Amino acid sequence: MSVFIGKDTTLVVQGITGRDGSFHARQMMEYGTRVVAGVTPGKGGQQFDGVVPIFNTVRQAVEQTGANTSVIYVPPAFAADAIMEAAAAGVKVVVCITEGVPVLDMMRVYPFVKEHGARLIGPNCPGLISPGEAKVGIIPGRICARGPVGVVSRSGTLTYEVVYQLTRAGIGQTTCVGIGGDPINGTNFIDCLEAFERDPDTHAVALMGEIGGTDEQEAAEYVRTRMKKPVVGFIAGQTAPPGRRMGHAGAIISGSAGTAAEKIEAFEKCGIGIARRPIDFVALIRERLK
Amino acid sequence: MNLHEYQAKDIFRSHGISTPAGEVVTTPSAAESAAARAGGPVMVKAQVHAGGRGKAGGVKYCKSPAEAREKASAILGMKIKGLTVEKVLVTPAAEIASEAYVGIIVDRARKKPVFMVSAAGGMDIEEVAAKTPEKIRYHAVDVRYGLLPFEALELGFFLYSDAKLARAAARVMQQLYAAFMGSGCSLAEINPLVVTSAGEILALDGKMVIDDNELDRRPEVEALRDVSSENPAEVDARNHSLSFIMLEGNVGCVVNGAGLAMATMDLVKYYGGEPANFLDIGGSSNPEKVVNALRIITADANVKVILFNIFGGITRTDDVANGIVAAIKASPLKVPLVIRLTGTNEEIALKILAENGLNASADMDEAVEQAVKLAKGGKAA
Repeated sequence: MSVFIGKDTTLVVQGITGRDGSFHARQMMEYGTRVVAGVTPGKGGQQFDGVVPIFNTVRQAVEQTGANTSVIYVPPAFAADAIMEAAAAGVKVVVCITEGVPVLDMMRVYPFVKEHGARLIGPNCPGLISPGEAKVGIIPGRICARGPVGVVSRSGTLTYEVVYQLTRAGIGQTTCVGIGGDPINGTNFIDCLEAFERDPDTHAVALMGEIGGTDEQEAAEYVRTRMKKPVVGFIAGQTAPPGRRMGHAGAIISGSAGTAAEKIEAFEKCGIGIARRPIDFVALIRERLK
Repeated sequence: MNLHEYQAKDIFRSHGISTPAGEVVTTPSAAESAAARAGGPVMVKAQVHAGGRGKAGGVKYCKSPAEAREKASAILGMKIKGLTVEKVLVTPAAEIASEAYVGIIVDRARKKPVFMVSAAGGMDIEEVAAKTPEKIRYHAVDVRYGLLPFEALELGFFLYSDAKLARAAARVMQQLYAAFMGSGCSLAEINPLVVTSAGEILALDGKMVIDDNELDRRPEVEALRDVSSENPAEVDARNHSLSFIMLEGNVGCVVNGAGLAMATMDLVKYYGGEPANFLDIGGSSNPEKVVNALRIITADANVKVILFNIFGGITRTDDVANGIVAAIKASPLKVPLVIRLTGTNEEIALKILAENGLNASADMDEAVEQAVKLAKGGKAA
């Protein structure tokens, strides 16, 4: 089993003829993901690599192929509209890779997506992968392996680092979810923890947070009150200065709020194992899988 | 991106919020003539991207143009939280009857703009929130409807029992909301919003922070960027699409990805060192980026060692290796280099490095530990 994406995923790629969209569409197909459609307005009727039909709109793509998931590789100015288009077309899981979406756009997008009953992952995220089943986004497939650990993270390469360490140590994953580094995103830690708690194949969760906001603190409270499965956590940005945006739009300590110290303290209080270094996940997760 | 007080006030004014007139000057004599034109007592206020200007002595009341000159001369060139004051705002001093706070922030948890309003103005709002939370009223706005008139009036009456003042304050709420949305803010704040002894409502100080993701579509806001008030190395980095923040340590870090970059800095600290910077070369693997990254980091005289931490997913590690080699050939390094690199095209990358007398570790902890040791003057392992 897996969460959010799996064997039943049928994918439409929004922006399939763009530089990033075409590259990653091929990577996902190579991994075995069922890419059933692409969307580029004005290129409807053409084929991508001779095998994937291209449509002008997501609605047409969904009507004709039954795609249930979409992934978005369009420039930031068009990303909000692309997300809402997918949700309005009836897509159930919308994954937005695009970085640089204005936060005011996301304030309109979030309620729209909810009202249409869709799940948005991202923006500004690496997407997700259920090893052996499907990959939606840009997480390198070869660093992952099937196994009992659910992974959720606000970061990209840091996630790869941890997943790679786990895989090398023989610890595989059910699903790895990158929820994105923006201040407002569609899916938060709690959404993922809830899904992992329900998934019968997930036996432990690795969670990578960072400075900024309170998502980790709320997740910690959720773990304490609602979860039976063990969780190990890491917080990036212990050495980050306040008031500075550390690459990710959401990675900023505002005044005295959102520091790594307060998040680690919340983890400790709620029984989450603390990985001080990325490598510590291996031993801490292994211990909890026994 | 932060705006200066005078820039925020210009935007407030364009939305109809009353603010005292003012002139921005860069010399004491210009401050004197600005004060003379204003007539009567003035405030001379440092324009610098730092909080706590008043406490640092960067805001002064002046009775005469001569005093304005003298105070401006003390403030110009002074350092506030490490930033040099390059300009001051000269503005008429107001006679204050009461001070309030009105601010709007992006609330991440509620995913909405949230008003924070308090009659305890002129103070640090975080302090008010911590010590007397009952003095603050919050209101989350549904951006699809905007701030409704009755909501604005509720906030107005929270500040003033007098109906005329409450209505005037409600108008300011609407105008501030329009300014917040219109400029793509993540924060817009009036502190203090004052009632003068003449019964007029005035925004005496203003602050705006713009969401960096808005700048591409708002060239008029990007044009307000004050490069002179930023760290030159950070400006240089931004011009080359690098995300860079200068810190005070001596281990220079070059990493791909923001999360891994932060984790690398933390690991430097874990092994007893201090990071000299945050630097994310991003997902694309253009060797040119690596060359620029090395140029910017080596310009920092504090840097005793340079640490690369590259996890190749989208980033091709051979491109990074080519960038390192090109940079070193163009200008040999004066400090040791520690490279950790793994992932896409790792074999090619290691070969390129080896051909140029460089080696790399595949292990993050090992590389960081070694870099910290070298920064402390120790020998490489």
